[in-house]
Amino acid sequence: MHHVRIEGWSARQSFLHRRDPRAKSLVLLTFLIAIGTADRRFAEIAACSVGLFLFAVITSRLPLGGILARSALVLPFSLTFALISYISGDAHRAWLLTGKSYLSALGVLVLMATTPLPQLLRGLEEMHVPRHLLMVMQFLYRYLFVISEEAQHMRAAGACRGGTLRGLQRRRAGFSAAAGILGVLFARSHARAQGVHYAMLSRGFSGSIPALDPLHFATMDAIFLAAGVALFSTLRLVAGAA
Amino acid sequence: MTPVIQVRGLTYTYDDGTKALDGVDFDLMPGETVALLGANGSGKTTFVLHLNGLLSGTGQITINGIPLSKETLAKTRQRIGLVFQDSDNQLFLPTVEDDVAFGPMNMGLSIAEAKLRAQAALHKVGMSWAARKAPYHLSAGEKKRVAIAGILAMQPEILVLDEPTTFLDPPGQRALIELLGELPQAKILVTHDLAFAETLATRAVFFEKGRIAGEGTVPEVAELFNWKTANRKP
Repeated sequence: MHHVRIEGWSARQSFLHRRDPRAKSLVLLTFLIAIGTADRRFAEIAACSVGLFLFAVITSRLPLGGILARSALVLPFSLTFALISYISGDAHRAWLLTGKSYLSALGVLVLMATTPLPQLLRGLEEMHVPRHLLMVMQFLYRYLFVISEEAQHMRAAGACRGGTLRGLQRRRAGFSAAAGILGVLFARSHARAQGVHYAMLSRGFSGSIPALDPLHFATMDAIFLAAGVALFSTLRLVAGAA
Repeated sequence: MTPVIQVRGLTYTYDDGTKALDGVDFDLMPGETVALLGANGSGKTTFVLHLNGLLSGTGQITINGIPLSKETLAKTRQRIGLVFQDSDNQLFLPTVEDDVAFGPMNMGLSIAEAKLRAQAALHKVGMSWAARKAPYHLSAGEKKRVAIAGILAMQPEILVLDEPTTFLDPPGQRALIELLGELPQAKILVTHDLAFAETLATRAVFFEKGRIAGEGTVPEVAELFNWKTANRKP
């Protein structure tokens, strides 16, 4: 499970790990805006950003290969659109689509790998991100593991009853079983959601999840935020002006 | 002596028309441990969900002499601690400590008080070491202990446990029996596990088609409803 691995990384200790999640989120947001709006000299911005992120990954004692490989998970989606752009004759747009999506994923992953999810969600809540959206993220993170385990059990149960079908017949049966598993998973997830809701209500839930560890925004966080925002803004402005 | 829980004429029908409870009368006395026995679908879980106000049928439920209503719901949920069958449903926060403190925080306690309650409850169930762990890294028995800690942290007067031995291996079941035996609260145990019920419960109630069909000691009820045979080879 990717999120279990990332959770392990986020529990490590480094300068970046210690920064307030609000500061890190705002720096990331500035970065995303900078590369999102970059066009003509994207290659230069991309090269500088990759350098900065490599430095961040190494100094945060994160596995470089793991981070770079996981950031590539976004590529199947963006490459589809990049391919369409390339075929229609716009190679520059194809390059932008691929580069921007990969760098965005890299930035988000560095944030996730240096910030425990509870802290990140708390930071986002402090920044007035809609509470319901954050609760959905929290539940998704928590129950993805449980639901995927259920899916694996069902897949194993299906495989055990796979019989002696071969070739196309087997593939067809596999698709049919997968569709069934999806349906059952949906029903089980619904039942699970109801169970979780009951359990929350029974412990006095009234619409918000109170925070046990409040965040502290230190001077170093302010310096980090100012430096990060200034760096990516300057990078974007210099590239735009050229 | 006044019952801590008094239920009269409780009836509940699900949206699909299934009558799950049909005029249930029930009393729980202070310090008593009652086992609710009966087949799957006989209404046991539906019944306990009513005690916490999670379902609301017709009839009257009184907790410590106070009728259960919308106005008394929050207080009732503090008084009656409900431990669910599947601990994964209960443990939804990222760390064990956050989860155990969830109830106390909802009660309006300060962060410091909630943390103290969480630490004391985790100590009580022998899970202090797991405070900063994520719940999904724990075994089924550990999750059950943490789920119980989450309820104990609210300092309830009554404990209701729905199928508490499900997913537990024999050592886990033994540990749970020891833990529950030490807790002074009145308890309701919804269970199919006769040995577990016999060890802890002073009384058993047998549910059948949404009604209480009989009660007595656990062996008496098991004998009366031929319940033991379900666990034996013919």
